[in-house]
Amino acid sequence: MDKEIKSKVERFATEIRLETLKEIKNLGFGHIGGSMSVVELLAVLYGKVMKFDPKNPKWADRDFLVVSKGHSGPAVYAALALKGFFPVEDLMTLNVDGTKLPSHCDRTMTPGIDMTTGSLGQGTSTSIGIALGNKLDKRDNYTYLVVGDGELNEGQCWEAIMFAAHHKVDNLICFVDNNKKQLDDYVENINKPFVFVDKFAAFGWDTYSVKGDDVEAIDNAITKAKTVKGKPSVIVLDTIKGQGIPFVENTFANHSIKFGETEHKEAEKMIRILEEKLKNQ
Amino acid sequence: MTNNIKIAEAQVPEAKEMRKVYTETMIELADRNENIVALDADLTSCIGMGPFIKKYPERMFNCGIQEANMMGVAAGLSAVGKIPYVHTFGPFATRRSFDQVFLSCSYTKSNVRIIGSDPGVTAMYNGGTHMPFEDLALMRVVPEMTVLDPSDSTMLKDLMIQMADLYGVFYVRVLRKSATQIYKEGSTFEIGKAVKIREGKDATIIANGVIMVPNAIKAAEILAEKGISVRVLDMFTLKPIDKKAIIEASKDTGAIVTAENHNVINGLASAVSEVIVESDYLVPMGKVGVMDRFGQVGSLNYLIKEYGLTAEDIVKEVEKTIKRK
Repeated sequence: MDKEIKSKVERFATEIRLETLKEIKNLGFGHIGGSMSVVELLAVLYGKVMKFDPKNPKWADRDFLVVSKGHSGPAVYAALALKGFFPVEDLMTLNVDGTKLPSHCDRTMTPGIDMTTGSLGQGTSTSIGIALGNKLDKRDNYTYLVVGDGELNEGQCWEAIMFAAHHKVDNLICFVDNNKKQLDDYVENINKPFVFVDKFAAFGWDTYSVKGDDVEAIDNAITKAKTVKGKPSVIVLDTIKGQGIPFVENTFANHSIKFGETEHKEAEKMIRILEEKLKNQ
Repeated sequence: MTNNIKIAEAQVPEAKEMRKVYTETMIELADRNENIVALDADLTSCIGMGPFIKKYPERMFNCGIQEANMMGVAAGLSAVGKIPYVHTFGPFATRRSFDQVFLSCSYTKSNVRIIGSDPGVTAMYNGGTHMPFEDLALMRVVPEMTVLDPSDSTMLKDLMIQMADLYGVFYVRVLRKSATQIYKEGSTFEIGKAVKIREGKDATIIANGVIMVPNAIKAAEILAEKGISVRVLDMFTLKPIDKKAIIEASKDTGAIVTAENHNVINGLASAVSEVIVESDYLVPMGKVGVMDRFGQVGSLNYLIKEYGLTAEDIVKEVEKTIKRK
């Protein structure tokens, strides 16, 4: 990755993180843990990899993104707003009555959202349908899918994973946000996941494993994945739930956090730190 | 839209199985529109899609035994402009994959046609696990869904052709075997508009589907011999229901009996009574259908008797309801 591009993407990650934190702080509650763990991925996708047109969100030849862990919506909205799909000020309307930015991604409401998600597991199948349709039309584009490690509890995911390999959906790249936690507990304590890359490999996928806060490593894995033909690719991201926000990382139950006085103070501190960081990035 | 409906003189078994008409129509549609695609969950041979697969192998996605994934893949295909026709047995198309139909297909405002085969008792020897008495009920409660229970293959074909040019999520019941002919070939129908098959003044039988429409016609003939004149409506569109036809029937005939090859809960009886109670014509209503029971194995004739779906059952219910006037 070119040095200049790398710092640009890293700076974009800081911006997404900052705006996501502001959104959730402003609302006073939200899915902060799983939003923060995909920030670097979103920065790579919207900052370098994906082709899209904010003025024409439905452009048929765009790359598609399906965030199957739909509760990462706040981070996706931050990326979309920063890229000009809608004004950054709109981020303050997260979940307010009549909003176009609901908790979970909704393609009928938000410009730039390619698929509605929220009932976990379903984005795996819909993303594969999108990729298959684009293949039928011989479009030269990719569909990116983000699933959670907890989400992979869902049986539908494994149906879809089996199906995608059988149909050689090689215009699909899946990311597993392996932040080790689901709502109630560590994934390990709920349904032991064993080794995700081994499981995907056994289902016939091309697999990678990278640090989920390393934009260069994510980008390199995507570049490699694109050279592989005849099978879908998965990139398992080693992430932390609440990534990059220490007070969230250190909260055990951080799937969704309600902001009390302490959290507001911590968030204000964090906002200053991120703003300071941006000045130097 | 103009209807051109001609009722067949006699109700005899159709020469072609309904699945054959389904597949022929699918090929016709695919010839015309390159965006038409088909999905199935390991039941392509049951619905007779062989000729389609032969002609358009790249446009048929056999998902294997994974109905939930299939509904999602269909929604994804729709998101890039494809027009998916998704088939599996009725209970698997609705009950097993309900959340995927509800969210991935409908909540996303996708463009998907869902075909559930073997309506109600026609599942016969596959028995209770495969016998959908609740598919229409489940689909009816999904917002914006169009729910169709066609009564013969002439109607099926016409509805399939119409649906190809419409947008939304549709659920359609399809019999795999030969239906009883109700309409003459070439008849065309309007989704949301009931067909008045027979005029009458003493009561109205509102029926739908391949079993109950022919039985309703038979019941009307038996009643005519007894001097009771009944109107017969084919309510093939369960949703959006034809309120006007129901209210007119209440007003004109003063008694309604519904007849459905489905649980009477949240199917045709529920839909019709919802209209009546809100109207100015609070007429007595009776219902023929599955009385909140599970399915079981059996021959078609056995099951039709067992669940009280015969023409004679309809006759009795009409006589009983007329007395309540």
